[in-house]
Amino acid sequence: MHPDTFDPTAGGPPPEQRPDDGSRRTFIKQASGILGLAVAPPFISQAEKLAAYTGKVEGATEMKLKVNGSIRTLRLEPRVTLLDALRENLNLTGSKKGCDQGQCGACTVLVDGRRVNSCLTLAITTQGKEITTIEGLAKGEELHPMQAAFLKHDGFQCGYCTPGQICSAVACVQEGHTKNDAEIREWMSGNLCRCGAYPNIVAAIKEVAGKGDGKS
Amino acid sequence: MSSEPKFFEQPAGGVVGKPMDRVDGRAKVTGAARYSAEFALPGLTYAVLVTSAMANAKVSLDTTQAEKAPGVLAVYTHLNIPPLAVLPNSPDKPKGWSPPMKYMPLSNNEVQYANQPIAVVIADALERAQHAATLVKVSYQAAEPIASFEDPKAKLFDPQAIQDGKTAGHTVRGNPKEALAQSAVQHKATYTHAINHHNPLEPAATTAFWEGNRLTVYDATQGITRTQTSLAATFGLAREQVRVITQYLGGGFGCKGSCWPHTVLAAQVARGVGRPVKLVLTRPQMFTSVGHREDQTQTLQVGATKEGKLTALIHEKTSTTSPWDNYAESNSKIIGMLYACPNFEASYQLARANVMPSTFMRAPGEAPGSFAIESSLDDIAYQLGIDPIEIRLRNYAEKDSNDGKAWSSKSLKECYARGAELFGWSKRNPKPGQTRDGRYLVGMGMATASYPVHSSQGTARVRLFADGRAVVQSGATDLGTGTYTVMTQTSADVLGLPPDRIRFELGDTTLPTAPNSGGSVAAGTVSSSIFVAAQDVWRKVKELARADSKSPLYRAKMDDIIVEGGTLMLKKDRSKAEPFAAILERARLTDIESTGMGRYGAGFEGDDKTTDQNSQPKTYSMHSFGAHFCEVRVDPELGTVRVTRWVGVHGAGRILNAKTARSQMIGGAIFGIGAALMEATERDQNFARYVNADLAGYHVPVQADIPDMTIEFVDEKDPYINAMGVKGIGELGMVGVAAAVANAVYHATGKRIRSLPITPDKLLGTAATV
Amino acid sequence: MNNFAFQTAASAKQATGAFRDDKQAAYLAGGTTLLDLMKLNVLQPSQLVDINSLPYRGITETPDGLRIGAMERMSDVGENALVMQQYPAISESLLLAASPQLRNMASIGGNLLQRTRCGYFRDTAFPCNKRQPGSGCPAINGENRNHAILGTSDQCIATYPGDLAVALIALDAVLHLESAKGKARRVPLLDFYLTPGNTPQRETTLEPGELITAVTVPAAEHARKSKYLKVRDRASYAFALVSAAVGLDVQGGTIRSARVALGSVGTKPWRAQAAEQLLVGKAATEANFRAAAALALQGARPHKHNAFKVELAQNTLVRALQDVAG
Repeated sequence: MHPDTFDPTAGGPPPEQRPDDGSRRTFIKQASGILGLAVAPPFISQAEKLAAYTGKVEGATEMKLKVNGSIRTLRLEPRVTLLDALRENLNLTGSKKGCDQGQCGACTVLVDGRRVNSCLTLAITTQGKEITTIEGLAKGEELHPMQAAFLKHDGFQCGYCTPGQICSAVACVQEGHTKNDAEIREWMSGNLCRCGAYPNIVAAIKEVAGKGDGKS
Repeated sequence: MSSEPKFFEQPAGGVVGKPMDRVDGRAKVTGAARYSAEFALPGLTYAVLVTSAMANAKVSLDTTQAEKAPGVLAVYTHLNIPPLAVLPNSPDKPKGWSPPMKYMPLSNNEVQYANQPIAVVIADALERAQHAATLVKVSYQAAEPIASFEDPKAKLFDPQAIQDGKTAGHTVRGNPKEALAQSAVQHKATYTHAINHHNPLEPAATTAFWEGNRLTVYDATQGITRTQTSLAATFGLAREQVRVITQYLGGGFGCKGSCWPHTVLAAQVARGVGRPVKLVLTRPQMFTSVGHREDQTQTLQVGATKEGKLTALIHEKTSTTSPWDNYAESNSKIIGMLYACPNFEASYQLARANVMPSTFMRAPGEAPGSFAIESSLDDIAYQLGIDPIEIRLRNYAEKDSNDGKAWSSKSLKECYARGAELFGWSKRNPKPGQTRDGRYLVGMGMATASYPVHSSQGTARVRLFADGRAVVQSGATDLGTGTYTVMTQTSADVLGLPPDRIRFELGDTTLPTAPNSGGSVAAGTVSSSIFVAAQDVWRKVKELARADSKSPLYRAKMDDIIVEGGTLMLKKDRSKAEPFAAILERARLTDIESTGMGRYGAGFEGDDKTTDQNSQPKTYSMHSFGAHFCEVRVDPELGTVRVTRWVGVHGAGRILNAKTARSQMIGGAIFGIGAALMEATERDQNFARYVNADLAGYHVPVQADIPDMTIEFVDEKDPYINAMGVKGIGELGMVGVAAAVANAVYHATGKRIRSLPITPDKLLGTAATV
Repeated sequence: MNNFAFQTAASAKQATGAFRDDKQAAYLAGGTTLLDLMKLNVLQPSQLVDINSLPYRGITETPDGLRIGAMERMSDVGENALVMQQYPAISESLLLAASPQLRNMASIGGNLLQRTRCGYFRDTAFPCNKRQPGSGCPAINGENRNHAILGTSDQCIATYPGDLAVALIALDAVLHLESAKGKARRVPLLDFYLTPGNTPQRETTLEPGELITAVTVPAAEHARKSKYLKVRDRASYAFALVSAAVGLDVQGGTIRSARVALGSVGTKPWRAQAAEQLLVGKAATEANFRAAAALALQGARPHKHNAFKVELAQNTLVRALQDVAG
């Protein structure tokens, strides 16, 4: 139950959990069997077969979300937001809850390539769509160029707004809203940073946009 | 007597001060960093607070419907919540426990402030707990609340002391009233400051579970030890029965510096349901759960000569406090110390209202206090036709006027000069309202920054392994300030290892105790502790070598052995040398370990210790100083202000990481710009309840508000502060910011705004005033 | 949020059918207003009917002007070349609203039904006549800096906070609606919004279950020469303190037609037709703009903290008119 206690033989960099890329299911889910992760993961081939749910749904229902390329089957009530589905049911805690009201941008994820606030998106409405979270940006050990640029330019302090900033920044570059500093600032204004990393975030985005490698 | 140095000298090729990337950066940019609400414990349950609509009432609750709602495990009210061993207002509360709020919600049926918790719902899913919380029926027996010190019902009083007894309610130095009356220049002005909320992006969060009588909490706190002490006291446990873990913290700015009631409630209900409980405050709840910067008005009277030299300062502050405490930010401290002035008086008035306590918020006292003095001084400069920098130089304090002590170091003149140069201050038209850019009025203003070095001690443990790695630990937190990174750099240099061979651990009460990360003390205290611990490690290695007949250092005197890059050698004959690994191996030790205590501020005695005439150690007044330069563009018809340029130059002792330090100073300036231009929590005066308690209603700066910024540090070696010569920079960057903005707005428009924030409504009509 | 039922409507018939069976149902489009207010417990629909699959799409040029499908997203309309070139005020009102994320989510139809940001309405701990008719309006004697100065009643002074509706109402937009019985009707946006009067809970003339299918805007020179100007407490991602949507057709220095609307000063998007009439036939001068602005704010009833809006709204209007007049 505790995280690693002091291990005298350990060395290397500071403690760092591996990001859950959405494909690992080794964690233990909550005791309640009614909600949460369903037992059997579906085959990836089902991804293409996802269809909108048209029947009336009441109470917990099975839903399939394609997150970071893999299909996750969940049993959730329709009122569960995408953000809570990610954080509380899929253990993908990279997407952050800063306000839960669409007022801070910390929960920003990409749905079908567009940046949205996952706190104001119902999970059930994202079936059949491609959901990309911060955990899905890096290719294995290789950081996404935007992640690397944030690291290099110190585009964060506490790190809590960072996943949302990075997802938003990736979309900002893809949208082409990076002509100049003023445009970047305006189009990144949906992501609050209370530590005040704004100038460094602009520097990171400029670098990626300038290289033209922010696009996937 | 050993030869270990008392003060850190950077080794050749060292990494301290270098702009190293954050060592926790990869975890943060990949989403792997786990914050306090992000541990998927088996059997985890969700707690949601039911809070009071009224600010002053007695409640009775009907929980029947909520209890029946699907997934609900329990609903706790004052009637059934597991009791606490001691309440924060108990006369028999343990010594050394200073809870931020002297009242515990759910300890009775009383409500003393709006949104006070009155019930806690626990369910197996977050949505279920949230919904069930809406099903709790509350009946109020309400009385009229007092909303603020401005409420006609409020009773003002003169406190003996404020800030939990830390500052006297009334201070006099010299004969200020008489001096003022005789001054050629007499300036009197009143400044108001809106309620501000810290609003870190990570809401307060506690995940708590019990194993028998042992409590573990993952808590979003700036001080794991303070939270541990508080929880131990409230539950009647020994400290070691409580473990607090904060691996990552999503900002704090002061509001996570205390153990607030929600953390206690989470632990209480976790005990009740016998399962792990996660309680995350909603954003609106963040406005009424973790303190705020209080609503306040300050009147500052300044006496000066015709040459602009200060002769008297009289400062009065009136503010709102809670029903139980005498908290007010001590604004007067910076007013009394910033400039040379022989006569000074400060007094505080408080009024109790139905609000939760205010608390320290980034640069508590210094931020609003500097707004007053730096605005008044600017006024006098214009009045007398003196350049704003020049008037500050004329009043330059050669010593601390508050206590007469010499400065341990002060680079303020260099900060003014370098800042002016970077900003192009000399090109500024000194007349206000004269500089235009199209439809905008352009203004340039400046202000002084300063923050004290608070006295503080901490500990760290260094374990050096024979294979050339080290684990360094201290129970500090990293709230985004870079603690992980700068302590890795410090450890690398004091151990002579590359930084990638260091693992620095923090944020767990099983580690050596460190102070709260607040008041800018963490960097200096923890780095000094590591330095001291490392010295002790080297002492032990030297002892081994001296006693080892196979070592070239066999029987050498302790004082003759030096360590460079992990190699021990004779000072006078460097060919007599051996790497520490060889010494450990022959001694069959895999590692060697020491703990060190770093002192910070008063109490540290460095190498350069000097004595006064009575042979007592000379003590110094210790402060960091800096200067902000701000350019604004004001749209006189629409009343909007945009900051278009920013320069900050600061002297803050040794800078441990040029990159993270620059970021922190930028962050301080942005925090100050928020207070200057937009941040205000509005409390309804009839209901004593906030009406804009969210991030759409409470405006913090967004990306589009902030220009690129230029930040520099003046090199400063201060051997009196601590072993690392680090003053700390968490608050400094914010002090004086609001004044620099207001001074720039004045320069642009000729209109002096003394009420923060400077929103368009306050600036309308500026077109007519110039 | 209450544990609502949920269905995705494959057709308008299914959507309105759900409504016939369940009077407490609500349509879900972008969800940016609805879910927000549901989380605050202000709204508690028994059922959500997801209408995002309905074919109310397209941003097209028609013989008469512009047609925007109600399910189009704010971001797509805001950056549409036709809209940007021919109806700049509409594009600007969209791109100055909310954040890029919210604009990617929010639909045009939903945006027009945005609810007030009045803090008393949004917090169920307060009385509020709009939320709970008859309970009182604490804003009138409370913190009313953001509240309305036009169209208020002694029941409600809540501001209509949106941007798009201000631009649309200025440019004579028409709403296309489909009733629960499948009947189509058209309503000029000007007639769509209601002032609070004694029924502040009723904000529009939309019938229960009725769907917004499209918005049309007539082409006009004053639409091509239009502008949306927004003044707010911070540079972006904030609701307006005051906004203005204006359009001018100026020929040889004389105003041939004018369109003037104000945002965040009224209890509804505020069209100022008297000001328009004053401008027509006059020279495009600051003096005339000032006179029009004064007329637009005639009858304003400020409260304790929002008197500044009178001057600010006038200045904003003048500025916007100056900008479009060149």
